[in-house]
Amino acid sequence: MTDFTAEVQGVTKRYGETEAVRGVDLTLAPGECVAMVGHNGAGKSSLIKLMLGLTTPTEGRIRVLGGDPASAACSPIRRRIGFLPENVAFHPSMTGRETLDFYARLKGAPCRDNDALFEKVGLEPAAIRRRVSTYSKGMRQRLALAQALLGGPKLLFLDEPTTGLDPALRQSFYAIVAELRDRGTTILLCSHALTELEGQADRVVVMNRGRKVADGSLATLRSLAQLPVRIRLTLPTGDIDALAARVGEGAALTRLAGGVVELACANDDKVGLVRRIACDGPTVQDIEIVQPSLDEMYAHFLRREAAE
Amino acid sequence: MNTLLIIAGKELREATRNRWVVATTLLMAALALTLSFLGSVPTGTVGVGPVEVTIVSLSSLTIFLLPLIALLLSFDAVVGEIDRGTMTLLLSYPVARWQLLLGKFLGHAAVIALATVVGYGAAGVALAMGGTAIGADSWRAFAAMIGSSVMLGAAFTALGYLASTIVRDRGTAAGIAVAVWLGFVLLYDMALLGILASGSGLGVETLNWLLLANPADAYRLFNLTGFKGVSAFAGTAGLAAHVQLSVPLLLAVMAGWIAAPLALAAALFSRKQI
Repeated sequence: MTDFTAEVQGVTKRYGETEAVRGVDLTLAPGECVAMVGHNGAGKSSLIKLMLGLTTPTEGRIRVLGGDPASAACSPIRRRIGFLPENVAFHPSMTGRETLDFYARLKGAPCRDNDALFEKVGLEPAAIRRRVSTYSKGMRQRLALAQALLGGPKLLFLDEPTTGLDPALRQSFYAIVAELRDRGTTILLCSHALTELEGQADRVVVMNRGRKVADGSLATLRSLAQLPVRIRLTLPTGDIDALAARVGEGAALTRLAGGVVELACANDDKVGLVRRIACDGPTVQDIEIVQPSLDEMYAHFLRREAAE
Repeated sequence: MNTLLIIAGKELREATRNRWVVATTLLMAALALTLSFLGSVPTGTVGVGPVEVTIVSLSSLTIFLLPLIALLLSFDAVVGEIDRGTMTLLLSYPVARWQLLLGKFLGHAAVIALATVVGYGAAGVALAMGGTAIGADSWRAFAAMIGSSVMLGAAFTALGYLASTIVRDRGTAAGIAVAVWLGFVLLYDMALLGILASGSGLGVETLNWLLLANPADAYRLFNLTGFKGVSAFAGTAGLAAHVQLSVPLLLAVMAGWIAAPLALAAALFSRKQI
């Protein structure tokens, strides 16, 4: 027995000739928020479908909440899984309340908790009484999140959950995700919007063409990628030569607009370099340290994959 | 069981919302009332004719109309939900695929049943208020006509589900549904008639089996030959004497035409990769 919420071992999924997922291993622990990033067609949605038991793997083994999600006896497992699909669709002629009641009954969750759910995702009582066909994209997405939270899931799959949401709504969305994670729910989050995942995800999984190319915390991925840290200095005097003398061999120097100079150096050299500049370099008006973003790391892992 | 009812209830509610129930019920009632009032026009009188006349004309019309309504209602049931993206979410719930299919079918069959019972029932009420004395036998035949119409509708709904499960896009499903209607309702009988007329010496035995191989013919035989009073008006009394198909057999065949396509659809659907 394992303590993992979900375990994927050597899973491959073929649709005819095309391989949607290729030899993926993945484990999700309780209370973990894992972000899965990759292009369209990188195999993210296919992997989620496999873990939901909607499709069966061509090779490999999947266990979710202690059982096989595609087996005939998967109902107790599915009761504890929440799913927010990409491009979610509802039956247009039903109202918001009828929709949530319908899904709650299917899941065996009490309908009396639905009001609290509506409030949590921020759907107004007036909106609940309206038909889903009149909903905006943001409202549909809120309803979709509400149905995913039905019955207090132990495992939550969110496929592109924040597309079409305004920034304020994204904030409240991630607040809900953080609250769930703190209560021990495992969350697998797929997204293109890499920058908004920073600070949300405990772990990042990078997918490319069906393969898992990287897996680890943001810090681990940073050290694996060995991307340079950039230090931006604003020099009032424009005395670049003096600066260059201080910096030495360890860092590359570029001049940016507005009297700003950018130094790129390895993460390990960062502290020493800043000390040298601050102690006996030219006068510095402002200093800014830029860590490689998730976007850059993602691009890096894809380049490495392409080179192999 | 509960899951089936939840899904069937949702389907029925949706059909009520988008006016399917109202439209079909009104259509059926209008036809039934027209036929029961004008059914005896050829004999020179306008007014409520005998129930038997109504049964003959109504069941002949039902054969054309009800399968069409049933197929229109059902061809989109599976492929449409996959297309719109509601299926993925539904299947991630603790619902077995056969439950989903059967639940939806029950909902659609309920729509057909509701429309038929209310629509044709209206004609029954009109007949009862017409003043002419109507015997218990005639009422039994009328009730049997309504019941078998529901079965006919359910059989074509099941065929529509099968079409909806086999294919990958809605256009093809619609095409198959039209083909099923044309084949079973129009072409089949024409072909059979052609073979008989060409004098190929088709035995009674073979003809019986060929008639059973079509739910619409089973329905026709059940209504036109099942009751003595009706077959006298339908001009099928002679035929009734020759056809050795008993009422229970005809009912069983129609039930088979509901169960078999549905079972096949469920088997295909459970193996379908969404």
